[in-house]
Amino acid sequence: MQTTWAYISNYFVYSAMGIFALSFLAHAFETAWAVKAPQKDANESGSVLTKTLDYTRTERAARIATAMMILGFLLLLGGVIARGISAKHVPWGNMYEFSITGALALTGAYLLALRKHDLRWLGLFISISVLLTLGTAITLLYRESAPLVPALNSPWLVIHVIAAIISGGVFLLSNVIAGAYLYLDAMESKGDRKPWAKRLPDLESLDQLSYRLVAFVFPLWTFAVIAGAIWAEAAWGRYWGWDPKETWAFITWVAYAAYLHARVTIGWRGKRAAWLCLFAGSTFLFNYVYVNVWGTGKHTYSGL
Amino acid sequence: MSTETTLPELGATGLLRFMWRQLTSMRTALILLMMLGVAAIPGSFIPQRAQNPMAVRQYYLDSPELARWIERFSGFTVYSSPWFSAIYILLFISLIGCVLPRTFEHFQAMRALPPLTPRNLSRMESFQRFAGDGSELTKAQSWFKKSRFRVRSEEGAISAEKGYLRETGNLLFHLSLILILIGVSVGSLFGMRGEAIVNKGERFISLATSYDNLSFGKLVNEDSLQPFIIEVVDFVAKYDPVTNAPQDYTATVRVTNPGESTSTIKTIKVNSPLTFGNTRVYLQANGYSPIVTVRDSTGQVALQGPIPFLPQDGNLSSIGSIKVPDANPQIGFVASFYPTFARNGGQGGISVFPEALDPKLLFSIWEGDLGLDSGIPQSVYRIDTSKMKRIALDSLKPGESFSYPQGSIKFETFVPWINLQIVDDPGKGYSLYGAIAAILGLLASLFGRRRRIWIRITSTGVVEVAGLAKNGAPGLDAEIERFVTHLKKEM
Repeated sequence: MQTTWAYISNYFVYSAMGIFALSFLAHAFETAWAVKAPQKDANESGSVLTKTLDYTRTERAARIATAMMILGFLLLLGGVIARGISAKHVPWGNMYEFSITGALALTGAYLLALRKHDLRWLGLFISISVLLTLGTAITLLYRESAPLVPALNSPWLVIHVIAAIISGGVFLLSNVIAGAYLYLDAMESKGDRKPWAKRLPDLESLDQLSYRLVAFVFPLWTFAVIAGAIWAEAAWGRYWGWDPKETWAFITWVAYAAYLHARVTIGWRGKRAAWLCLFAGSTFLFNYVYVNVWGTGKHTYSGL
Repeated sequence: MSTETTLPELGATGLLRFMWRQLTSMRTALILLMMLGVAAIPGSFIPQRAQNPMAVRQYYLDSPELARWIERFSGFTVYSSPWFSAIYILLFISLIGCVLPRTFEHFQAMRALPPLTPRNLSRMESFQRFAGDGSELTKAQSWFKKSRFRVRSEEGAISAEKGYLRETGNLLFHLSLILILIGVSVGSLFGMRGEAIVNKGERFISLATSYDNLSFGKLVNEDSLQPFIIEVVDFVAKYDPVTNAPQDYTATVRVTNPGESTSTIKTIKVNSPLTFGNTRVYLQANGYSPIVTVRDSTGQVALQGPIPFLPQDGNLSSIGSIKVPDANPQIGFVASFYPTFARNGGQGGISVFPEALDPKLLFSIWEGDLGLDSGIPQSVYRIDTSKMKRIALDSLKPGESFSYPQGSIKFETFVPWINLQIVDDPGKGYSLYGAIAAILGLLASLFGRRRRIWIRITSTGVVEVAGLAKNGAPGLDAEIERFVTHLKKEM
């Protein structure tokens, strides 16, 4: 029975990957075809060539892309739930499960945000990162569905890890936006934005959005670290022990604290703030990849 | 001339004041914060003595020259090193210097009235002007009261302010960081931490001599030990038959508190330690202790009892040593224990499952000097065989024995052992409350919006409304819109 559910989960995850790939193609099509070929503008005298964006031509592609995204989300949701049933615990007991749940959270956050704002320019990026995450998870990180090791068998697994997953997702989203800021800033300093980039929000909004996301999720990250400390006290006999994972969680916390201070108290904006944001986000990513895969310490479980 | 005589005095206090101002400036605090993050990095790459003393020892063996250099910069004890301490102590002084004056100012500001309505409201944010009917001030008064603004009534105008929670939260957050630091300090000054390996069936009495290792905070000593007795009645480890991964560890213990004649049966699991007041007992590790009887050539028992072996992998392949110092010459067994034995190529063995399904004890027997009197601390799991000679080699199942010219050894049976970690941290309560307060403060400071709203009725009866949002907090326009809608409503 246990393995049946694990198989069902794998089928769901594979199908979700297929659908996300279609969504990615539709997003790519939309982005590419929204740009009209250079044409002579009748009103202008002479040879002014203009490129313009025309989304009415690609509205259908955009709708297909979003529909695929929703379908992919539902399939992945099925995969995550089936995985949880097969293992009889919350589906983040190892790095494979953490990755598929993280991909689900990212898609969910995007779709939720889509209800209020037209963020479809992000869809291309979201679909490719979800694809990459799932691909890495299923090829490199896959482990047989198994019960939890005793150290993980605690209600704190739910609380601590959910907080960490959500914070991580939002930190990464904010990083993407800060990255987009730097890229567009460099583009604008050379002249006008390229046609495909015209649909992206202006620099000011990107700067603000990136900051808002961090400010929103920083307390949650603080909570994730504290919940981890409470759990560590119950499991390992100390609430803080400078285990590599703890150390890097602390470094991420300090880096984002510095970022918030730099913005709120000193008034950093734009480029400098974006770089600092990228730096802070990279410490989180480093923690996730390095400490889980190559690191030592108490946070390495069950293979990965 | 007089300036020359007063200069040194002014210079000293001036310098101090200058340094204090520099230290408590936001920029310095920010740099210190970044430095703290950077300073924490090396400790995650270099093995730390507090976390992994074995790895540090290995580092010394692998590259002694580099290790000495790392030691010179406290690289193996980063988090208690002078430079790491210097950074966080400076940071906290800077923080206190920043937060205390602000707390005082904030306290005064909260009791003061909102500032006077500016003369020219049209320069402020969300300015609106409309013809009124004279009832606006009363309506405004009730709206401010309902929305819990702090209000200053003036001649034909009202100045209102809200959102002090933001600064309150901000200060609470920073003050709670200090509380967390106090908690950490109390723990390291008054705390205690010890470990003991206890075989199933044995009793552990909490006395300084019963611990395998024991360390105290700087301001406490052995007298503060909680005297209790723990008898390990049973220990059960469950493993997954497919992946060999552990599923559950349960130790059943009989606990006797000091001065009590009755004892109670309790269970200890990995995530649920045993608690006596501030002291907690954790189940940290487990392994096997082979029980052996070693006899000398005359048949006299030279050594008998369970000997804890150190697990080397997930299937509990374990190594250990059996030392018989009273024999002449001394005898030592370099041994390994496999709970479920399988051959591994030549003469070596591995364990293929952590439960004892087919246990086997492999050993080589050595004769000579065990080096116990050399004064160099020795591992209980290993033997330095440099001054010894190997005399035999064998493997035994439980109940079997082996004879050699100098005596015999019988592998009677085996018992599990558990490693109990006993921790007393009187500071953790402070840290926990500090952490909770920090989160609440953080939420208030990040989501609180401080803003002012003014209303004035000019001599001609025109109503003017405007506002000001601190730190560019969003939502002021919408709020003023609601305010104006209320003002225009019929009573």
